[in-house]
Amino acid sequence: MTVMLGGFGLCGIPENLIAALIRKGVKGLHTISNNMGVDGFGMGLMLEAGMIASHIGSYVGENRLLERLVIAGELDLTLIPQGTLAERIRAGGAGIPAFYVPAGVGTVVAEGKETREFDGKTYLMERALRADVSLIKAWKADRHGNLVFRKTARNFNPAMATAAELTIVEVEEFVELGELDPDDIVTPGIYVDRVVVGAEFQKPIESRFIQERAQP
Amino acid sequence: MNGKELIARRVARELRDGFYVNLGIGLPTTVAAYVPDGIEVILQSENGLLGIGPPPSAEQEDPDLINAGKQPVTILHGSSFFGSDQAFAMIRGGHMDVSILGAMQVSSQGDLANWTIPGKMVKGMGGAMDLVASGARVIVAMEHNAKDGAFKIVEECSLPLTGVRVVNDIVTELGWFHISREGIVLEEIAEGVTREEVEKRTGCHLLFAQQLRPMLPF
Repeated sequence: MTVMLGGFGLCGIPENLIAALIRKGVKGLHTISNNMGVDGFGMGLMLEAGMIASHIGSYVGENRLLERLVIAGELDLTLIPQGTLAERIRAGGAGIPAFYVPAGVGTVVAEGKETREFDGKTYLMERALRADVSLIKAWKADRHGNLVFRKTARNFNPAMATAAELTIVEVEEFVELGELDPDDIVTPGIYVDRVVVGAEFQKPIESRFIQERAQP
Repeated sequence: MNGKELIARRVARELRDGFYVNLGIGLPTTVAAYVPDGIEVILQSENGLLGIGPPPSAEQEDPDLINAGKQPVTILHGSSFFGSDQAFAMIRGGHMDVSILGAMQVSSQGDLANWTIPGKMVKGMGGAMDLVASGARVIVAMEHNAKDGAFKIVEECSLPLTGVRVVNDIVTELGWFHISREGIVLEEIAEGVTREEVEKRTGCHLLFAQQLRPMLPF
């Protein structure tokens, strides 16, 4: 089963849905997410529980276990440019099977991909991405599944909401119809199948400015 | 002033009023602290923020408000939030003026390697491949040599590439280098550094600008 998980680093990840998935003990998941959490939190916990068979992402530098598994050949990891990842997901939700981007031309990312020249510049053809399930995080939802997000916790979540057979959203607050201003809604409810109110949120901060850390 | 601060201050001097700028993780992020007074630069963070403010105090920290290095940041009047797909549409679409990145290797032709060491380091390219392919001016801000003294400016990159012929300029603690058709040209040299030292610490043939200028941090 292919699962998309929203978030950038530990910001805007569906932490309660991840915990529920670990309790359920599912194995052999093919995950798509920008990162892989950190050792001990977020998707890092799924990796430690041995639930992940393969992963597509753009940056996994905060997860030592993943690095060990990949170097040992025990995990199938595909790294792709972050913008290409975001656009492949967006295209998956928008009914666009493939498109061309300049990112990755002349690098390992281009291996096995069709290239084409437009106006004298070379582009790679990239295919859309879809999943069986998207697990995403929003700030507030109403009964129709309309979603608003908070600050940079938006990131991949709105795109992933559109690109799965089943979209499950974890929110901090469930509000009555009419409480969300239609002008503010980022993800219209048509994309959302289930809404869960998270029990509690840890939201760890992953990194701090070095200058600050140096101060006593 | 240490080498990293000199690099950050010199890069900051390259920014112009009204520029939209993406700062990479690590050294490039520190450039924000040195943007000259009277110049408004709008910093983009590819996780979905235009208008990055200064680092927050401990009380101001908000886990829902971070930069691409996953560090808490603040916003400014006029900041905006958006999703990752739009963040990269503005990068890929050529709307950014400058992208400042770190590097492990840069070749004399402007090839960049900064995302992986096969068999040793698994990190990922993040947004770097999208940023360097966007057509925005690419400035590499890095220390001149690796920690073990190895060359980082080389004839050909031995590490997997991030982009081919994408780097416009390199700034290190030794000087300012421009990638031209003819090769790498040292245009500015840091105080107390000799041409011979730069040549000795550089892994490719180096050209010198006819009017070699001192590299001033401000």
